[in-house]
Amino acid sequence: MHRLLLGALLLLAGCEQQPAPLYLPQGDNYPETLSEWGMLQRADGFIAPVAEALPYDLNTPLFTDYAHKLRTVWMPADTAASYGEAHFDYPVGTVLSKTFYYTKDAQGRLLLNERDDRDPQRGLELARVQLIETRILLKQQEGWVALPYVWDEQQQEAHLEWAGDSRELSLLNAEGKTQAVAYQVPDANQCAGCHEETAGQGVNPLGPKARHLNKDFAYADGMHNQLQHWQQQGRLQGVPAELQGVPQNALWPTPRAGESLEKQARSYLDANCSHCHNPKGPGRTSGLLLDPATAIGISYGLCKQPVAAGKGSGDRLVDIHPGQPDKSVLLFRVESVDPSIMMPELGRSAMHAEGVDVLQRWVASLQGDC
Amino acid sequence: MRLAPLSVLALSVLLAACSEEPAPVADLDFQKDLQTQLIKAKPGSVIEIPAGTYQLDRSLSLKVSGVTIKGAGMDKTILSFKGQKSGAEGLLVDASDFTIEDIAFEDTLGDSLKVVGGKNIIIRRVRTEWTNGPATENGAYGIYPVQTENTLIDGAVAIGASDAGIYVGQSRNVVVRNSRAERNVAGIEIENTIDADVYDNVATGNTGGILVFNMPNLPQAGRVTRVFRNKIEGNNHKNFGHKGTPVASVPAGSGVVINSNDDVEVFDNDIGDHKTANVIISSYFSTGYTDLSTAESFDPYPEGIHIHGNRFGPAGDSPDHLELKALKVSQFGLNGRLPDILWDGYVNLDILVDGKLPADRAICINNGEAGMINVDGPNNYKNISTDMTDYRCSLPPLPAVKLASADADQGA
Repeated sequence: MHRLLLGALLLLAGCEQQPAPLYLPQGDNYPETLSEWGMLQRADGFIAPVAEALPYDLNTPLFTDYAHKLRTVWMPADTAASYGEAHFDYPVGTVLSKTFYYTKDAQGRLLLNERDDRDPQRGLELARVQLIETRILLKQQEGWVALPYVWDEQQQEAHLEWAGDSRELSLLNAEGKTQAVAYQVPDANQCAGCHEETAGQGVNPLGPKARHLNKDFAYADGMHNQLQHWQQQGRLQGVPAELQGVPQNALWPTPRAGESLEKQARSYLDANCSHCHNPKGPGRTSGLLLDPATAIGISYGLCKQPVAAGKGSGDRLVDIHPGQPDKSVLLFRVESVDPSIMMPELGRSAMHAEGVDVLQRWVASLQGDC
Repeated sequence: MRLAPLSVLALSVLLAACSEEPAPVADLDFQKDLQTQLIKAKPGSVIEIPAGTYQLDRSLSLKVSGVTIKGAGMDKTILSFKGQKSGAEGLLVDASDFTIEDIAFEDTLGDSLKVVGGKNIIIRRVRTEWTNGPATENGAYGIYPVQTENTLIDGAVAIGASDAGIYVGQSRNVVVRNSRAERNVAGIEIENTIDADVYDNVATGNTGGILVFNMPNLPQAGRVTRVFRNKIEGNNHKNFGHKGTPVASVPAGSGVVINSNDDVEVFDNDIGDHKTANVIISSYFSTGYTDLSTAESFDPYPEGIHIHGNRFGPAGDSPDHLELKALKVSQFGLNGRLPDILWDGYVNLDILVDGKLPADRAICINNGEAGMINVDGPNNYKNISTDMTDYRCSLPPLPAVKLASADADQGA
């Protein structure tokens, strides 16, 4: 069965016509299939970004059930994004794609790991990955649009699913244990639920911002800082000449030399929480703000009583109790997998043990009492 | 736009006969259809859901303004979320000019109907219920508009929430009326909200009937709430809220609880059969938190409180919380009762004039024979007093909420 599938893939590879990247500045005739976007190409059993699109990754990414992510950005010819410290302004027509996948072993079992398995030249080897979904963010004249595409089992095509989808997966970890994952492909509203980080301003990209992108990346021609590379490619204007002044989150999972535990924890909370928990985001109603601009104090959860957490409080009295992770609502909620308790509310069904570990160690390291 | 009726109900019935409590089978086609309609809705869209019980396993959401969702009746069109797999609510709405009516949400994992940040919200004849009855593992809120403006909740029913059945948070200009809140921790809770009218409701079998609260560290402090013509009776359910939540500190047997909020008028209600007190007036300090957990700008004192013309039934015979039990026995004897109104006694010393609160910041009880006990919380219950002299006063009536959707509906 497996060999047959592989054979079919090889057969198809090389003979497919790759459509050019799709420029869709307006209108809602969104393609039903992902291939029509022309962001990814297949060759010799690999799937990779097309030459016109830039792959990228982030310092500390959002956790989504241990899925790996292949991210690309494409901008219309002769256009560029302009740099801003908080966010970039992307030209109309920009397409961001994010493909969620797991790696597979020779038996076809899905693996739980955080390895980067992308070949800088050839991309992802289809026989060794299971593609789950690809999310498209499209910048139109009216603003950004989020579109979820779900891959078929044979990894031939992904189809637009406005209402999302779900998959029961089993992941094999390095110790040979399996972990069940109830993977949820978000519906288009749920995409917007996270991506509307400022109420009333609609959807915006979350990842491709200076502090997340400011890192080295393995391009086909070697390692380069992503911001500088984008600039050299003519895709980003106004990058400060000195990268020293550009914000930079901690590198996940292995921090750079000198990146403190606090920096790792704040980077993690930034990537996983601040799209809602910021002064203008959907999580603002809780009064808990975990964005980089909020100082570590009451608003950041320190000795702060939960407001409308309901059972999410876990019978704990404050969001962050210095020195006591097991008395902190924050830890209770990131450790939970109950959808009515867990944080983030969407995007995971498994606990991120490694993320929880960083937060636990950070809260344990805080001095003082409530 | 009509959704196809479905056969899942028959299937569930079939399954139910085979084993005890089978996991409900979600009607994925219905769910996908409905969510797709919600995503593709345009301003003016009316999404009608015919009578039937529909099993869903993930949250619904709406982000388009100007949409109406209509069922065939709160006992006829039932969205059941038993066995829900994902999402923190039943329906999450982030839109304005939204109307939902004649529909029920049952057994959501988290909140049932949450509306965040919209204007002109109408929630009419909607039922939210946890069908297993009161339980700590139930979702927190039934009907939950937060940071909304111009919101009407009319003829709703909320049962079994582990926090508040009807919870209005950080909103402006709100009417809650003709609704029934039963067997929740808090029946109806108005929190950090400016200008709310709560009238002609029934709150019964909750831990606390109607709450008017202010919580610290939020963008908006609440004020100006009128609670009138409600029937608030027999709210004696054991508190099954979660520690750390504001309602967890509410003693079982509380009729109306005003906490840290200002300009609250409670009048013309029938309030009775409460083991702790018909009315509790308290500060944030009585919720078990310290100064450390509040921003400096937060005002923890209830001020401008006016209790008048209510009809009080018996209360105070068996208060919750050990301190109150001991206090009752020592002050009023084994068979005695606490007075109708209980106040924790915290006042802002900085605003006192000649040792008294300025007239407009006062706590005024003008309710016939009803008495108030000041339990002197600040001094650890040392100088408990039932002397009403300083509290027999009146405040000018608060203005009625002006809400077009409420006026339009009057008598309809």
